[in-house]
Amino acid sequence: MLQSTLDGILNSLKVFQPEITLTVVLCLILILDLILKNRPKIIAWSLFVGLLITGYFLIQQTNGLTISAFENMFLVDPFSVYFRMLIILTSIFIVMFSMMSGELYNGKRKLGEYYIFVASATLGMFLMSGAGNLLMMYLAIELTSLSFYILSGYKKEVPDSNEASLKYLIYGAVSSGMMLYGISIIYGLTGSLDFININKAFQVSEVSFLPLVAANILMLVGFGFKISAVPFHFWTPDVYEGAPITITAFLSVASKAAGFAVLMRYFFTAYYNPVASALSGSIATLSGFDWNIIIAIISVATMTIGNFIAIWQTNLKRLLAYSSIAHAGYMLMGIVVLSNEGIAAILIYFAVYLFMNLGAFYIVMLIADKIGSEDIESYKGLGYKTPFMAVVLSIFLISLTGLPPTAGFIGKLYLFAALINHQWIWLAIVGVLNSVVSLYYYVKVFRNMFLKNIDEQHNEIKFNAPQIIVALLLVIPTLVFGLYFSPLVNLAQASVSILGLK
Amino acid sequence: MLTVGLTHYLVLSAILFSLGLFGVVTRRNAILVLMGVELILNSANINFIAFSHYGNLNIDGQLAAVFVIILAAAEAAVALAIVLNIYKTFQTVNVDEINKLKE
Repeated sequence: MLQSTLDGILNSLKVFQPEITLTVVLCLILILDLILKNRPKIIAWSLFVGLLITGYFLIQQTNGLTISAFENMFLVDPFSVYFRMLIILTSIFIVMFSMMSGELYNGKRKLGEYYIFVASATLGMFLMSGAGNLLMMYLAIELTSLSFYILSGYKKEVPDSNEASLKYLIYGAVSSGMMLYGISIIYGLTGSLDFININKAFQVSEVSFLPLVAANILMLVGFGFKISAVPFHFWTPDVYEGAPITITAFLSVASKAAGFAVLMRYFFTAYYNPVASALSGSIATLSGFDWNIIIAIISVATMTIGNFIAIWQTNLKRLLAYSSIAHAGYMLMGIVVLSNEGIAAILIYFAVYLFMNLGAFYIVMLIADKIGSEDIESYKGLGYKTPFMAVVLSIFLISLTGLPPTAGFIGKLYLFAALINHQWIWLAIVGVLNSVVSLYYYVKVFRNMFLKNIDEQHNEIKFNAPQIIVALLLVIPTLVFGLYFSPLVNLAQASVSILGLK
Repeated sequence: MLTVGLTHYLVLSAILFSLGLFGVVTRRNAILVLMGVELILNSANINFIAFSHYGNLNIDGQLAAVFVIILAAAEAAVALAIVLNIYKTFQTVNVDEINKLKE
């Protein structure tokens, strides 16, 4: 008995390498920061190397490994490996952005803790994307959230940053509390916290409908908060505007990816119907509980409200916040179709979204450091002051709209194709119409940069070599995946298998 | 003689949850909002333990409650630090007055 438990733990530890590495790195930089006292460059580089090592161990797991570690607490399957790769890639970019960020390094701020919390947020999101147990999921979400509460208020002396932190804290605490109440009801209904055992309990016995729906709506509050879906999006614009831009970018990509991972894993695994799925060839839900209808409604509301409110925004950071809400809406469409094709479409979209959204925030950060403003008005004539950065920003914005030949087009193409193949035509039409609306506000930025104040005297804005290299690292994939996308599509299609689904 | 059963605990936790949510929605003081959150967390704890005890379920529920208690403490530490910082900057902890970003 004891021997078998020990063997189980030892086997689990073998597949837990990336997380162990990340934890060790986290402790090391914590101690290093205490010894060195305010040498943020060294801390940043140590974290950078640590993240690369973590990434190396993660790549070792890309061979289709499917193992449940620690008694189903943590699941290692292609799905979680894919999401963890996205998260580690984002973290690496965020560390690079942070090293260049003027707003963080100006002033006498201690930055050691900043990198420590970036590491702990990354660890939290890693655990989120592999969580196979409701308690584990809740703890991982809280680890991520607690790190982000602190990070979003890291510019302590700036009122906006403080306000962002407070708003994120209050919305986050309330929504995770409601989710916990939902979890407790699910536990009462099924007698288990384990996704796979919950599924077994649902298959064996009929569960009363009303508590089940109530519990799942409460859980959706928590998930919806993480992915900033309407009607749980109220924190998003304020937090995105007030937080340091590096953290805004981190929140908009990695935190959202982890939220999607945990949402998809929970709903797909817990309400999986093996009999009906074998018949229909897609992922059928248990009879009587069509949770995908709720997701469809949320998806429509999210993209419509996100896109329409974005039209009136004057601050580019706030505009990108609403655009990221809209993108969450697009990605939710992929869940609604309940098939591997839909999951693959979301995975493709996320990889594309990573480059284009991080890129947009990165350019906004660089320009804000130079001209001291994020207002769209202050972007007038920017295309003549710094042609390179303006063109790069335009590419990211075109990609966010979803026009060819950028990667954003491929992401949208696969999403809409999945919808149409599964007879969700009306939802696809809503999605396409929303993309048209989004064109308007992205073009507004574009117009200000190139078509306004042409005749004025323009002082050139200079950027140094590392800044340009990082911009290229983001813009090249955005263009390449728009033309040569089969490797990405193959990787995404190989990564759809979630443990517990046949 | 009234025996206390699962239903009583569930009703108690539902009342606590509603009170907590009511507090979060109506209170303007950040500290009181956080107290509302504590009520929500503890109502879930009561649920966990009641289900675990009366449903003859495994020990998962009681473990969950212990974890949530620890987490609530961690959250309170972070939350109070943020509220303290808010007070330093704005000289108030009224959540309605801390609203500069919505312009």
